[in-house]
Amino acid sequence: MNGEELTEQETALYDRQIRVWGADAQRRLSKSHILVYGMKGTIAEFCKNIVLAGVGSLTLVDDRAVSEEALSANFLIPPDESVCSGKTLAELCCDSLREFNPMVRVSVEKGDLASLGAEFFDKFDVVVISCCSLATKKLINEKCRKLSKRVSFYAVDCRDCCGEIFVDLQKYNYAKKKTDGATECELQYPSFQEAISVPWRSLPRKVSKLYFAMRVIERFEEAEGRKPGEICIDDLPAVLKLKKELCEAQSVNESHVPDTLLERLVMGAKEFPPVCAIIGGTLGQEVIKAISSKGDPVKNFFFFDATDGKGMIEDISNPNLES
Amino acid sequence: MASLQHSQAIKGAKVLMVGAGGIGCELLKTLALSDFQDIHIIDMDTIEVSNLNRQFLFRQSHVGQSKAKVARDAVLRFRPHINITPYHANAKDSNFNVDFFKQFNVVLNGLDNLDARRHVNRLCLAAEVPLVESGTTGFLGQVTVHVKGKTECYECQPKPAPKTYPVCTITSTPSKFVHCVVWAKDLLFAKLFGDKNQDNDLNVRSNDAARSSEHAGDAFEWSGNEDLEQYGRGIYDHVFGYNIELALSNEETWKNRNKPRPIYCRDVLPDRMTQQNGNVDRTDDLSSASAMASLGLKNPQDIWCLMENTKVFLEALKLFFTNRRKEIGNLSFDKDDQLAVEFVTAAANIRAASFNIPLHSLFEAKGIAGNIVHAVATTNAIVAGLIVIEAIKVLKKDTESYRMTYCLEHPSKKMLLMPVEPFEPNKSCCVCSKTPLSLEINTHRSKLRDFVEKIVKAKLGMNSPLIMHATALLYEVGDDLEENEIANYTANLEKVLSELPPPVTDGTVLTVEDLQQEFTCNIHIKHREEFDEEKEPDGMVLSGWTQAPPEKKDGKTSIGNGASTSRSLPTKVGITEIDIEVKEISDGIVSPGTKRKLSEFSDGSTVDQSSDVDETRNNKKTQKHDDDDDLVMLDHWDGNMSKKRRSP
Repeated sequence: MNGEELTEQETALYDRQIRVWGADAQRRLSKSHILVYGMKGTIAEFCKNIVLAGVGSLTLVDDRAVSEEALSANFLIPPDESVCSGKTLAELCCDSLREFNPMVRVSVEKGDLASLGAEFFDKFDVVVISCCSLATKKLINEKCRKLSKRVSFYAVDCRDCCGEIFVDLQKYNYAKKKTDGATECELQYPSFQEAISVPWRSLPRKVSKLYFAMRVIERFEEAEGRKPGEICIDDLPAVLKLKKELCEAQSVNESHVPDTLLERLVMGAKEFPPVCAIIGGTLGQEVIKAISSKGDPVKNFFFFDATDGKGMIEDISNPNLES
Repeated sequence: MASLQHSQAIKGAKVLMVGAGGIGCELLKTLALSDFQDIHIIDMDTIEVSNLNRQFLFRQSHVGQSKAKVARDAVLRFRPHINITPYHANAKDSNFNVDFFKQFNVVLNGLDNLDARRHVNRLCLAAEVPLVESGTTGFLGQVTVHVKGKTECYECQPKPAPKTYPVCTITSTPSKFVHCVVWAKDLLFAKLFGDKNQDNDLNVRSNDAARSSEHAGDAFEWSGNEDLEQYGRGIYDHVFGYNIELALSNEETWKNRNKPRPIYCRDVLPDRMTQQNGNVDRTDDLSSASAMASLGLKNPQDIWCLMENTKVFLEALKLFFTNRRKEIGNLSFDKDDQLAVEFVTAAANIRAASFNIPLHSLFEAKGIAGNIVHAVATTNAIVAGLIVIEAIKVLKKDTESYRMTYCLEHPSKKMLLMPVEPFEPNKSCCVCSKTPLSLEINTHRSKLRDFVEKIVKAKLGMNSPLIMHATALLYEVGDDLEENEIANYTANLEKVLSELPPPVTDGTVLTVEDLQQEFTCNIHIKHREEFDEEKEPDGMVLSGWTQAPPEKKDGKTSIGNGASTSRSLPTKVGITEIDIEVKEISDGIVSPGTKRKLSEFSDGSTVDQSSDVDETRNNKKTQKHDDDDDLVMLDHWDGNMSKKRRSP
């Protein structure tokens, strides 16, 4: 046994999950520090999971005020008192999350995520962002990568019945379980910038269509100067036009990105609660794996679409990056 | 496809949730967020500390309160304007009858035991209400849809029986720690603290039955004024010393086995414990409720040495007699009873030491003794999301898109969530297809009581059965019976089948019916003289409720009715080895798919992480094509076929 032992209180509370991932993983969890940004439904689900799991601390960043839309899939905010309270989204969610597990320190950090410096990010082991623009995703990912210690980075988004998780664990070592004991494995992850720059032509034909569709939407919102999710059915013609251009530039057939899928994503900028639960649950599991260095992590995208029900892992890495 | 999200069907729906536990909390939250307006929820349980790590609607201050009611209040905090009706009751109560079920558009299960699942399945079939069923173990989970006449019912595939062990393995020849735990819990604990009138195999199995039970009579009875440590040492020496010596005297047993060694208390703990821990003054609750606390043992994950186990054994026994004397005689093992877990852990470890089996921590012993299901919030959240998606499809009557979905721990074909087309009803299912069963039984030796307990209740899962032989009633359960009827049925229970009025013999057809479940079953009786005690411990064999023969349907979406235990949900007890044959149909070309082996362990042992996904072989055979609507399908499951496929 290394490090401190779990207390009696921890053993009683975490009994059922220690039986899943072991006391050692539980100790690592209790010493980990998580940062999240973008307090919508998916992140609310994720925060619930990770607080219940018993991480050391969780820091919430989101200075936005409560809106109808922010409430739609978020069970952390009681609707009546929230609107006029003057509290930010992060502050409201923080109150609820603290109740879930008194052993986890849940706190709020104010400020604009993009302007927070390296010394801020250095405090965390895991950074999870949601509802961010393309530029912000790239920026935060790069900040995490420049730190002297390894920080696990996740970017997550849910639109309509679809969800996407991007994972960057940089150079990651973990114990892969085999029938007879465990073996050490090493994975090399590309950055977000590298991952979305992989030429579409080089990807296998059966790669999730959602990957392409999300890139089109991301680019559209960026080009139009929209906030993430600030899109509606009226934008569809322009989105389809952008899709055509991107497909041409990437020399792939337009059928790579079905119009019906783009239409769904454009119309349903709102999150669908069951998908938030599925994406937030999967993300929770991935973060627990990464903290405990146990179990095969997703490399490097996870996609779910409720219309076909598949939860797919896609490895979208630049082939030149292979080490 | 019309958006699942904005379905009118949701707002008008009335749904019943059975279970407000791990899956239930997540499900109620997701239903409320998804705009469901009228939700009824049944759960008989109250909240415990070990629920709080995943059942996020509950707090420490709620411990002891009704899960259904607290869950309702918690959800109303963020969705104040919806209707949630809680029932703090057993789903098997008679007021939850077919008429009750008929008021709902869909029933959603978040249960933790086979019995209740079967019961709800039957009521849903009788009330013709669609059922979405679910289960999780650790990172594994599944969601299935059961719609009468369209998809298989929950019982179309025989469920794996709870793991049982041959009696003599437990009483005489344990080889694994679990055997020692079963011995400590079901025999020793039951003998000392349980109902004295219950049959107990603790002694009767040794070679010299008469002698040993005579001896036992002295050892197990506490005279009332005997010193408690002395009494404890007496029991200790009897079960770990004397009984082992006795077993050793039977040379035949140990020809091919390692001999156990007898352990006597004086050799492990020569001196009396006499308050050596200075806890004379300590009269706090903790040290009187826990031998660990009173002995100063802290970490439940530590493995105690033989001496520590001996101390815990003696101390726990003493605490039972000093603080809980009133309960003695009525106690049954409960995983949440700290003192009971301590006693069973210590006793199992001492027995393990005797048989040279590795010792285990209290934490591990508790998991085994309590059949504790591994559970985490994330899997429950994912499964709840999948349940809601299926529920919406059911409400929209979108039959074509129903799926059963597996949550996997290791990706198969790049999938962590794997949807599969539902199976057709099994034509030989005795529940939804009313197929008759046959029972081999010794009609001259088996009593009606054996038939009721081992077949009607245990195998057929009936609560209030009625048994008929042609038009004659042999047995019935109910509140409205006359006294003479009750006397009559009670007398019948003790009669062997061939002496019942009218006699049940070879060729008789019995009709067994559960009026609440509206489930009837015909059983053909076949007389048989002998049964193998180890392989057929019930002394009777029920058959006919089997896998449907493989049968191909036409078209691309064809899937088999074949049986695979893969579709069984993790049950509370027992180990389910599940095999999923994954097939991909591409342009009509059937490729030998990925063979994936999942193990669902729900009995406290470690989750098997082995995975033999043969990706290379799979990739080679996979055809590339544009249509990405390929479905993953479960193949007919047939032992021979799968063997063939395994060796290319």
